[in-house]
Amino acid sequence: MQASRLTLRLQQWIFRLSRDDTLPIVLGQRRIFILPTGAGYLFAVVLAVMLLGAINYTLSLGHALVFLLAGLGLAAMVHTFRNLLGIAITPGRAVPVHAGDVARFPMHLRNAREEARRALGFSFAGGEECFVDLPANGNARIDVPCPAPRRGRLDPGRLTLATRYPLGLFRAWSYPYPPLTCLVYPAPIRRPLPPPVAVDDPGLARGDAGHEDFAGLRPHTPSDPPRHVAWKAVARNPAAWPLLVKHFAGGAGEELWLAWDLLADAPDDETRLSVLTGWVLAAEQAGIAYGLALPGVAFPPANGPAHQERCLEALALHDSGSLHEHVPQAPR
Amino acid sequence: MSMFRRHPAEPLEQATVPWLLACAVATTAPHVEHQPHWLMAIAGLALALRTGLWIARRRLPSRWLLSLLVVAGTVAIWFEYRTIFGRDAGVALLVLFMALKPLEMATRRDAMVLIMLGLFLLLTHYFYSQSIPTGIWLIAATTLETATMIRLFGGAQPPALIVRRAGMLLLQAVPFMLVLFLLFPRVNGPLWGLPQDAHSSRSGLPDTITPGSISDLVLNGNIAFRARFDGAPLPNASLYWRGPVMDEFDGRAWRPLRLANPSPPQVDVRGQAIDYEITLEAHQQRWLLALDAPVALPDGALLTARLQAFAREPVRQRARFRFSSAPDFRFGLDESKQMLSAALRLPRQGNEQARALADGWRRKHTTPDAIAAEALQLFRREAFIYTLQPPLLGDDSIDQFLFETRRGFCEHYASAFVFLMRAAGVPARIVAGYQGGETNPVDGYVVVRQSDAHAWAEIWTAERGWQRVDPTAAIAPSRVEEGIATALPAGEPLPVMARLDLDWLRQLRFRWEAVNNRWNQWVLGYNPDRQRELLQDLGLGDIDWRGMTALLAALSGLILLAIVGWALWQRPRHDAAQRLWLNYCKRLAKAGIPRAPWEGPQDFADRVARERPEHAAAVRAAAEAYAAARYGPPDPQALALLAAATRWRAH
Repeated sequence: MQASRLTLRLQQWIFRLSRDDTLPIVLGQRRIFILPTGAGYLFAVVLAVMLLGAINYTLSLGHALVFLLAGLGLAAMVHTFRNLLGIAITPGRAVPVHAGDVARFPMHLRNAREEARRALGFSFAGGEECFVDLPANGNARIDVPCPAPRRGRLDPGRLTLATRYPLGLFRAWSYPYPPLTCLVYPAPIRRPLPPPVAVDDPGLARGDAGHEDFAGLRPHTPSDPPRHVAWKAVARNPAAWPLLVKHFAGGAGEELWLAWDLLADAPDDETRLSVLTGWVLAAEQAGIAYGLALPGVAFPPANGPAHQERCLEALALHDSGSLHEHVPQAPR
Repeated sequence: MSMFRRHPAEPLEQATVPWLLACAVATTAPHVEHQPHWLMAIAGLALALRTGLWIARRRLPSRWLLSLLVVAGTVAIWFEYRTIFGRDAGVALLVLFMALKPLEMATRRDAMVLIMLGLFLLLTHYFYSQSIPTGIWLIAATTLETATMIRLFGGAQPPALIVRRAGMLLLQAVPFMLVLFLLFPRVNGPLWGLPQDAHSSRSGLPDTITPGSISDLVLNGNIAFRARFDGAPLPNASLYWRGPVMDEFDGRAWRPLRLANPSPPQVDVRGQAIDYEITLEAHQQRWLLALDAPVALPDGALLTARLQAFAREPVRQRARFRFSSAPDFRFGLDESKQMLSAALRLPRQGNEQARALADGWRRKHTTPDAIAAEALQLFRREAFIYTLQPPLLGDDSIDQFLFETRRGFCEHYASAFVFLMRAAGVPARIVAGYQGGETNPVDGYVVVRQSDAHAWAEIWTAERGWQRVDPTAAIAPSRVEEGIATALPAGEPLPVMARLDLDWLRQLRFRWEAVNNRWNQWVLGYNPDRQRELLQDLGLGDIDWRGMTALLAALSGLILLAIVGWALWQRPRHDAAQRLWLNYCKRLAKAGIPRAPWEGPQDFADRVARERPEHAAAVRAAAEAYAAARYGPPDPQALALLAAATRWRAH
């Protein structure tokens, strides 16, 4: 791996890779690089052969054609370079995703020139390249994908902005390196929700539900009598998972606690976190109040997007030291 | 590592296919003229098939089938040309590939290969024609190829926009082209041996003369060469451009005699020489068509014993030659025995009537001049007719012509005259060449066409050496003085270009030919000599190729720098809303309400409200309109509202 480190250092030195702390990032000429593409080299070879032909057959117009095309190549080089020059990039906030999904980092682009820029390709190392056109004197937005294999905070590393417009003979590129991060929740594992626990009466450790007062809906568990299934709710949303049952509180207060300790039998911590994530999603979807108890941190039962976000974030960042970075081939 | 990343094969956008097909058509179609019809038919079918597949969104045929087609086509080309390496065979192969490539075009890389193939094919058009229309066609095709590349790499846009962009790119390439064209060190080709078929046959003077060989040529209006005199052009009647000289007669055809060891011609110049330059079209022969008698020859040319200027190599492409000729001269006063005996030789028998006539003259006259005058007198006296459509002649062609048909063209008269002279004991021979020419009033060049082809005679006398005698001048003097069009009887077919009655057409033709000539002289004929001339005119007289390369690099660098400068130079642009707002603030400042540079529109309005309440409402409205136009959601009305709100003046 010594070689690859060397390559990295070399790249860092050549491309002056460092974080861009001032936003927006405006691409100046010193950070745009340009080389011929395969097609560009082919073009050069074709021109050389054509020139030989023109000389050999003394074709004066052949000379002219070859020289015109050579000039075209040079002009194309400048235009390819210019296609990137002066673009202002402001990164947006990436929406959190689950591990295994693809994170998308929004980039807001601004073109101050009275001329459109075309076929700008954005990519992260290891991610797919996606293209956007930037209208004359206008703005555009592009969501640049980056795979998020692990939970934690995803740092996609430097961005590659490349273009081969107009003729495909040259490729100009730049490495904007904005501060980017995306929260990656654990991949959910779908398991039935644990039963709620009674809190007021310590005797009912795994307390039954009461039968008198309707207290809300909760996901179906195999022991629920079929008459408790909330068929109306199911009918409203047949895709709902799991089936909802009417939950009746019988005197004792009950709370749904999604607790780390409930999963002592899980093979490893990541599976535990994944199951907990699945539970949070299911409980939130079902509209049940739920609490999350992780070692060292607990969120009392509540409901709603803010609560869910808090819980998922805690799950994402649980015991990860500080940041779990996914930095494929990015230099330090 | 994206710097070295190989791009995965990018599938071809379906919408780019019509562009690529258009490229294929534009680059192959002009070859219809020069390639076998079966090949062009296959190419047409293949391109039509690809178009059909595109319209029906069908899959492309298998590679296997295509390989078979390529092999079959290559074999067929080999059968056609018996080689696949010649010039024409090579072009045929390129056409074949160009037609079949679209059928396997699945990725953008394939498309680029097709485009490069197209560029190559464009060059091959110049093998056949480098005329102005070809040049225009090629510029259009190059624009199309460029546009196709833009379409490939720039995504969907209105076609007109793409083509305009391609045009702009090519325009920016023009300065490079000019600098390279003028300064790229020119090499006189060829670099290696040219294939056999590199130069197709072109019409020109024949190297044997039979009845009809010149008159066939006269219907051809093509330009044989152009001449430019340094001084005033000579009168038409003196413009005898000497081509091949024929001294062997077999009873029907005249041809040049091979001399065992020719001696250099003895020319005795009297009077002033005139300088002129000939731009000779390719005629695949060595003769150069100088005026009598050349005293200074261009490099690489030599003067034969028969006073012909010969090039060392056949003239395979248009070339310029500078001559100096003295119209007043004596030539061949002590001609070799070998030459003189050749100029007296006749077949043993045949044409007895003519021999008898000549015998009579020999007895009657003492001097060769008198005999020649007698012969010319014969042509004048009897009812000889100068015509392009003489009757066919049999075995005794001279007798038949002299005593029966009496209708003939210049070669008939020259041939009969020389026969009579020889029979009368006067050394004589036939000279073929061109006579006259037409001065183009637009550029002053004398244009000589194939229709000016002519044959005349030379006789030798001990006192004056060889001298020209033109029997045609005796029968049709205007042929020599004014040209073929006036000399022929009315109603005879003539090349359109030589007709006199269409004056406007002539004017148009003069212009067109002058433009063509300029093109030939300066674009096509731009060779190492011209390059040297130009550099001399620019005051860079003795620059060698190293200096030229340096100059070239410097100028190209300068142009590139200019373009890069333009690319990097970006005016700090304000958008329309900002412009309106800044203007408004400037006017406010003049009225005593300055805005601090750091003040946003809202802050500014707030401060104005505090300090100058009388303007509060107006400034607030303007600030809000500005904020809406600049930062609000897109709204076509916003700018108009802002313009209205900022229409404020100090009272």
